[in-house]
Amino acid sequence: MSAINLDRRVVGEAASTHEATPKPATNYLNHETTIASWLLTLDHKRIGLLYLVGISLMFVLGGAFAGLIRLELMTPKGDLLTGDVYNKSFTAHGVVMIFLFLIPSIPAVLGNFLLPIMIGTKDVAFPRLNLLSFYVYAAGGVFLALALLLGGVDTGWTFYTPLSSTYANGNVMVAALGVFVIGFSSILTGLNFVVTIHRMRAPGMTWFRMPLFVWAMYATSLIQILGTPVVAITIALVGFERFLGVGIFDPRLGGDPILFQHLFWFYSHPAVYIMILPSLGVASELVSTFSRKGVFGYHIIACSSIAIAIFGFVVWAHHMFTSGLSQYAAMVFSVLTFSVAIPSGIKVFSWLATMYKGSVSLASPMIFFFGFIGLFTIGGMTGLFLSTLGTDIHLHDTYFVVAHFHYIMVGGAIMGFMGGIHYWWPKITGRMYNETLAKISAALIFVGFNFTFFPQFFLGYMGMPRRYHEYPEELQVLNVLSTVGASVLAIGYLTPGIYLPFSFFFGKKAPKNPWGATTLEWTECESPPSPHNFDHNPPVYDHVYDYSTLNKEAAVVSH
Amino acid sequence: MSAHNSANVEAHAGHPHHEPASLVVYFSTFSALMILTILTIWAGMQDFGALNTPIALGIASFKAVLVVLFFMHVLHSSTLTKLTIFASMYFLGILMVFTLADYLSRGWTGQ
Ligand code: HEM
Ligand SMILES: [Cu+2]
Repeated sequence: MSAINLDRRVVGEAASTHEATPKPATNYLNHETTIASWLLTLDHKRIGLLYLVGISLMFVLGGAFAGLIRLELMTPKGDLLTGDVYNKSFTAHGVVMIFLFLIPSIPAVLGNFLLPIMIGTKDVAFPRLNLLSFYVYAAGGVFLALALLLGGVDTGWTFYTPLSSTYANGNVMVAALGVFVIGFSSILTGLNFVVTIHRMRAPGMTWFRMPLFVWAMYATSLIQILGTPVVAITIALVGFERFLGVGIFDPRLGGDPILFQHLFWFYSHPAVYIMILPSLGVASELVSTFSRKGVFGYHIIACSSIAIAIFGFVVWAHHMFTSGLSQYAAMVFSVLTFSVAIPSGIKVFSWLATMYKGSVSLASPMIFFFGFIGLFTIGGMTGLFLSTLGTDIHLHDTYFVVAHFHYIMVGGAIMGFMGGIHYWWPKITGRMYNETLAKISAALIFVGFNFTFFPQFFLGYMGMPRRYHEYPEELQVLNVLSTVGASVLAIGYLTPGIYLPFSFFFGKKAPKNPWGATTLEWTECESPPSPHNFDHNPPVYDHVYDYSTLNKEAAVVSH
Repeated sequence: MSAHNSANVEAHAGHPHHEPASLVVYFSTFSALMILTILTIWAGMQDFGALNTPIALGIASFKAVLVVLFFMHVLHSSTLTKLTIFASMYFLGILMVFTLADYLSRGWTGQ
């Protein structure tokens, strides 16, 4: 166990109180234990855990559909699934993974748990809205489940018109309603975070003393508030057209199908930043803690999060280069898309500079970080291939795009989420997990991921289109590689599903600050935190990542 | 370290004196909206040619502004609230301008 006991006040007496804890301290997990105290809780920490259970189930569901897709693609012929079932599988996979897993993942779980603590307050600004957001999420999930049970939807997660508005079966509106409802859960979370950050920071917690994770959550929340209503309206418009015959997207009624793509991507490109920005925030925390060094370029990382949120709104039509978009608009959007890579690049370089001459430790969250930074960079760089107008004509709607966004959303966002879960697990549960298993899991995920998705760059380049259940025989080798990789990846994800819950019940008790981190959740809160986080206003330091105070007190360093 | 408290500073700045808005304001806003609605209907029955849509949108936007300023109390709200409204309008503007950048230039083929 590489726990470093850095607890400032307890250092002296640590030895005596270590093994025999006479009275278990009350914390947010044990102060109330009824089912109702969980389901009706207003505590941001418990709501975070409710979400953790919800999204984990959805991850398994979405993963099952991914398994179906990859199994079908083992062979060139469509022998396992019919074309129709295949279409429904990738639609279900995309919808579940994006709307029910990835969008709420970091904000609703780690954000809910940590954001109030990190800025030194007792809860979010609107605890009731917070609980409501969870049930709205669940209600949206029910609609999506219903759409599945009624026979599924085959439009893809993008719901493009005129397929969705005119030709697809009626389930598409049930699913769209689900997405509509879940959107409000996302808006509520974002709203809560923005108000909390503006209004509830502890005395002394100025904007530039906030941890970078909080900055990332702020930027994410802005996108959620500004973008999500647009997709809600877009879905409503599809409904108007389907049921009332109002001509919006159907040319026969005087509408324009491409308008749907404009409206959809106006939300959904920023939505990809809802998925990745929180992960970038987690990365900044990890790299600082495990390099024992302040983040290089704190201010510029904070501002780059905001810049990503803003630039993210002016690049959407890069998804539409082949749709009949005007050439002038395509050029403008291509140029603007390049600009969004700049703030992302700034972050990557800052993390590297943070590690440079830092005292880098290889604890499991850091292993996840290494995976994250590599995969995110590949994902971002291939995004530039796609933003290049000419190249995209060839690559659009091929497996190259599929590989690109999985490198970012799975390699970047989920890797960051896993890193964050492993990093804060001792704080959330008060227990340490098995470090060796965690490292094995990180390695399996990294290797499995690359085997799954790297071949897809070649497949796409060779012209294999996405969303077909058959392909020419000469592409089989790469597809088999991809399916084998996916099995390794699945094992990598299932392992934490075993050792994390196990540690929750049987793990070694976690000290207050096992990693020697400097942010408030580690320095001022017990593991797990008490129901109201703090019993006093926490001290706020000039520089949030200041290891000089901690270093002096690093009394016990054990391996 | 906790010399000044930005959160509190902001909270104070956020609450200018709140006069309970008088009924007169509400009723005159309401009447203005009604008159504008009649204007909308009247304008809908005329043919202004190319100006049809701009005129309809113009009246509608004016009504929206009245609702925002008086019914939603934005006129007497904090700077932060105004900034929030401005930001959302700005984002709506981005949506419109960039989408129109496509529609209005469909014919420019570069040949
Ligand atoms: C450097 C930043 C990025 C650039 C330049 C970029 C560029 C692009 C471009 C041009 C496309 C359209 C390709 C096509 O359909 O022909 C695309 C697709 C996509 N990107 Fe990115 N991207 C970037 C970052 C991200 C991030 C951060 C995410 C997610 C977290 C993401 C997720 C996606 C998704 C989901 C699609 C495909 C959507 C679909 O058609 O189903 N991208 N990207
Ligand atoms: Cu995009």
